[in-house]
Amino acid sequence: MLRFIVRRLLQMVGVLFVLSLLLFIWLRMLPGGTVSAILGDRATPESRERLTKALGLDEPLYVQYWRYLKRALTGNFGASTGVVPGRDAFQIFIDRFPATIELSFFAILIAILLGIPLGYLAARRRASLFDNASVIVSLIGVAVPVFFLAFLLKYFFAVKLGWLPVSGRQSNIDATRVTNFFVLDGLMTREWDAAWDAFKHLILPAITLSTIPFAVIFRITRASVLEVLDEDFVRTAESKGLTNRIIRGRHVLRNALLPVITTVGLQVGGLLAGAILTESVFSFPGIGEALASAFSHRDYAVLQVLIMASAATFVIVNLIVDVLYAVVDPRVRTR
Amino acid sequence: MTDNPKGWKPGARRKAKIDALAQAAGQVQDAGTVADTPGVSLIASAWRRLRRDRVFLIGLTITVLFLLVALFAPLLAPHDPTARLLLDKVRPQSNPIPGPEPGFPLGADNVGRDLLSRLIVGSRQTLLVCVFATLFSLIGGLILGTLAGAFGGWIDSVVMRFVDIMLSIPSLLLAFSVAAMAARPSQWTVILAISIAYLPIFARLLRGSMLAQRHSDHVLAARALGVKQAPIIFRHMLPNSLGPVIVQATLVLATAVIDAAALSFLGLGNPDDRQPEWGQMLGAAQKYIYDYPHLAFYPAACIILVAFGFTLMGESLREALDPKSRR
Amino acid sequence: MKLTRLRTTVVLTAAVSLGLAGCAQSDRESTSSGTTGSGSSGTAAAEGGSDTFTFGAAGAPEVFDPYYASDGETFRITRQIFQGLLGIKPGTADAQPELAESWEPSDDGLTWTFKLRQGVKFTDGEAFNAAAVCYNFERMFEQNEVAQAGPAEYWAYTMLGFKGGETESLYKSCEAKDDATAVITLNRYTSDFPVMLTLESFSMQSPKALKDGDANNVQKEGEGFKYPAYASAPVGTGPYKLEKYDEANKTITLVRHDDFWGEKAKTAKIVFKIIPDESTRRQELEAGSINAYDLPNPADWKGLEDAGNQVLVRPAFNILYMGLNPEKNAKLQDVRVRKALYMALNRDQLVATQLPEGAKVATQFMPDTVAGYNTGLEATKYDVEGAKALLKEAGAEGMTLQFAYPSEVSRPYMPDPQKIWDALSADLEAIGVKVEAVTKPWNGGYLDGVDNGLFDAWLLGWTGDYNSANNFIGTFFGADSNDFHTWSTDFGKTLSKELDETNGIVDEGERTTAYEALNQKIMEDYLPGLPISHSPPALVVGKGVEGLTASPLTAEMFDTVTVSKS
Repeated sequence: MLRFIVRRLLQMVGVLFVLSLLLFIWLRMLPGGTVSAILGDRATPESRERLTKALGLDEPLYVQYWRYLKRALTGNFGASTGVVPGRDAFQIFIDRFPATIELSFFAILIAILLGIPLGYLAARRRASLFDNASVIVSLIGVAVPVFFLAFLLKYFFAVKLGWLPVSGRQSNIDATRVTNFFVLDGLMTREWDAAWDAFKHLILPAITLSTIPFAVIFRITRASVLEVLDEDFVRTAESKGLTNRIIRGRHVLRNALLPVITTVGLQVGGLLAGAILTESVFSFPGIGEALASAFSHRDYAVLQVLIMASAATFVIVNLIVDVLYAVVDPRVRTR
Repeated sequence: MTDNPKGWKPGARRKAKIDALAQAAGQVQDAGTVADTPGVSLIASAWRRLRRDRVFLIGLTITVLFLLVALFAPLLAPHDPTARLLLDKVRPQSNPIPGPEPGFPLGADNVGRDLLSRLIVGSRQTLLVCVFATLFSLIGGLILGTLAGAFGGWIDSVVMRFVDIMLSIPSLLLAFSVAAMAARPSQWTVILAISIAYLPIFARLLRGSMLAQRHSDHVLAARALGVKQAPIIFRHMLPNSLGPVIVQATLVLATAVIDAAALSFLGLGNPDDRQPEWGQMLGAAQKYIYDYPHLAFYPAACIILVAFGFTLMGESLREALDPKSRR
Repeated sequence: MKLTRLRTTVVLTAAVSLGLAGCAQSDRESTSSGTTGSGSSGTAAAEGGSDTFTFGAAGAPEVFDPYYASDGETFRITRQIFQGLLGIKPGTADAQPELAESWEPSDDGLTWTFKLRQGVKFTDGEAFNAAAVCYNFERMFEQNEVAQAGPAEYWAYTMLGFKGGETESLYKSCEAKDDATAVITLNRYTSDFPVMLTLESFSMQSPKALKDGDANNVQKEGEGFKYPAYASAPVGTGPYKLEKYDEANKTITLVRHDDFWGEKAKTAKIVFKIIPDESTRRQELEAGSINAYDLPNPADWKGLEDAGNQVLVRPAFNILYMGLNPEKNAKLQDVRVRKALYMALNRDQLVATQLPEGAKVATQFMPDTVAGYNTGLEATKYDVEGAKALLKEAGAEGMTLQFAYPSEVSRPYMPDPQKIWDALSADLEAIGVKVEAVTKPWNGGYLDGVDNGLFDAWLLGWTGDYNSANNFIGTFFGADSNDFHTWSTDFGKTLSKELDETNGIVDEGERTTAYEALNQKIMEDYLPGLPISHSPPALVVGKGVEGLTASPLTAEMFDTVTVSKS
């Protein structure tokens, strides 16, 4: 087990190196970029040249990359030029990371709380109206573009009805920050209104973000439960006269849940994609919004850091899921 | 669960689904696996079942409708979608989006072009984007997957490691990263970005399919008879992979439309809007969404409908081809 | 049983959170009116009015040291904190006394004596006097290499040079005659001085704070800049001071400076909330969680006004033009071709259908609020046949023209580049010109392309920095390597010389007349580019907001703003 983990981590490091090199080269070869972004329409050929020289952008690519690498190894990934100008790029990642984690957590929570029970019920009532309806609903959830759904929710619940806030993570209240997970902070410092306020800001984005994981979890649970329900041992138990409840709980669910766990773990990784769109629409200051913003400002330092950090996150999340699975699934363990 | 001797890996669930499909390819000639009549191909029996599956039929209807509209678009559209016919009615503040009037049932867009015509003709570009994106990812995946699956060994390891990593990154993020790096955004950069995002799926599918068939009777027989590698691949193995490939392709088609729209929304799409395309129309409608939501609703509805149709078809196909759902 | 356990957990969680919700409202004094969302809660409301003015900003500020900033979002914030020797009269582009009560030039225009306001203190207690003024100027003059190349943009642009640099600076020296008199000496006369002192970058900052915060220590970091400690802790003399910048929540809070020398600010707190997405800004305004935001999309103006908000339109202080590069496309060398292209453009229709209300067709390269504007000039008439004839006469019938426009951007003078381009290129095609479309992202090659002379024709514009003719036509055609490549034409060098000379005229009346004449010459004889229009950018404020005066220079002051509880 340990060797497996170490091997995977080493692979991750290798991948990150290659990724950083590719990103670096590609970004530097594009026209425009940093100098344009800094000087804007006030630029003249002289000022451009001057700035290029001052920032060392006229040196050969390998020299630039080497300098970048040296700095990166000390944890310094450069300063942002667009997203939060002047702020360290990696610091921006640290700032924004808890926001996306909090959002993803609630999104997955919603997806699980709705997806698993509904999937189970749909499987139990196979081919009924309920089953067909819920399958179709979940398919629609995948078909509707996320940003469109985000806008609809925002429009109805925040603007027209005014029940929930329109954007952001928190209103102008002086909340104390401990971990930067706003809801948690509020609970920890007993500032209940701060926690509640942060939670209200999370509701709409979390619902938007949860639609795709919900659809997937729902279908996987349903398929998995169907499979298990058909297995011999269930039929045996039924024929033995055990009541449905016992069959359900002890046999069906536990076996059905194994692939669901893997799916949940994997959906967490996939949330970042949805987060880019959702966070942009709700101006939610997380990683996704930073990515979209870094792109439009051509903020290469931040783009690079965020893409690499995301890649690393996926690998780590997948690793955790694999380890968890190996721990949970007796068949894998006894191999 | 499918056999996976190496244990679970990144993108496991996604891969397992693809592997299951790939397995189906390997079972084409194996009599006895199919519950109905022995010797009948998997595809034929699947088709018979599908014909009665209501969900599949709905999906098929939508898809065929879409294809017909796209095909006959210029004939169906009442006006030229690039002609700014109602431009003189446009007033940036009081009337930025002219409303419906005789001859223009849905009104016009922000430069006076007929909305209905744009929607109809837009189906073409949208179809093009999805089809090309899917096609390129298919071809790319085919090349990679065949290489890996047919030759095995270290080629297999290197290629698949690369593919695995790409599989574990969600498709939109991959597409976003590729599109963000484009020097000059255009329709083709969108297509390229989406193809790259979905390439690993096809690569893995075809590799799995190749592997599944390597040890099947007909391949072994051909090899024993002295048939060379290439003809085996092209004449025996690839055609059997057709079923799973079709299934995966329909699913990719569905999400390709959505991803293209998402890219436009993020500003990474094709900036030239003279030729209409739904995703780009949706992206451009964001500015007016407050007071003129219909500008966004119409293309959104079209996108959702088409994506939905493809998904229904794809899912039914997958269930039909899946040997385990035989009851 | 797994399922019932699941159910129970769900029910319990719901119960707990509802309970928390119940407690939450009672702990802090809740002033939110329930239906307007949580945006307006949390501030203890004063009698009759709210004590916070919330502004929805489109982007994050660069730094809080205005000397190193160049973007409007930063200036919007620093404008409330800092003041300069000269200020801007609200609602206009004209200069007025601020920290300097009066100023007198010498006869040759090189020495300027400023009489300073007395009894002014910085927010850290330091006195504002002539020594402080000279400290500021010397500090701005002496910068390290990195700052010279990048952040100190406005100084480089206006004063041209730094201490020990290659280019001679306009600024020579500053002398503190006594506490209330500062004398600034220039190396050359320019009509831009002292009006350039209305720029935010020339704000007076506390010498002690500058020293303590190592204000000039700008370092490069990768491809960006790292700013010193002072840049996040600015100290000025203005009606507000910076309280904090909450980066995690994207808000900047300013509080009233109670020892301000002038009239105290009416609202105690200003909060800038960073909301990059425009439709979100609008929704927040409608929901009441912000009180104002800048540059609403003209398509939204009607909807906003119908909902009870006020759209404040600023007098236009910008120009949109179609740039031409005769060096790239030889046909453009002939002035008849340029005139023909100009006659082909139906600018009246463009202004009526693509630009917001209040937009005007341009008759010259500057708006009418600038001194030197020639009111006698008339807009070139739209004449398709005349254009075709002129084109034929010049032997350029059916010529090809590569015409570029930017994507991913919206500027006050060019709200929707694509639409404007569509209209203009259709006009050009109507006279037989073959238009080749080129588009690049604003930050991804467009500006580069313009600077490097890659396009035959392109759309660009300019918003004036301060009220000076030189800031417009000087910027466009003055330098030898300008975007219009005028030096490749037969008139370019002459034009540069004329601009230089006119800028050097010390007597104001004489100078204004000279500029008017020059504008006429540019439009009738030279026509290096095609001025299209001026567009009024707007600001929108929500219900209950009073006292905000729109400024053509986007120099709105918020100290006169009151927000009533609606």
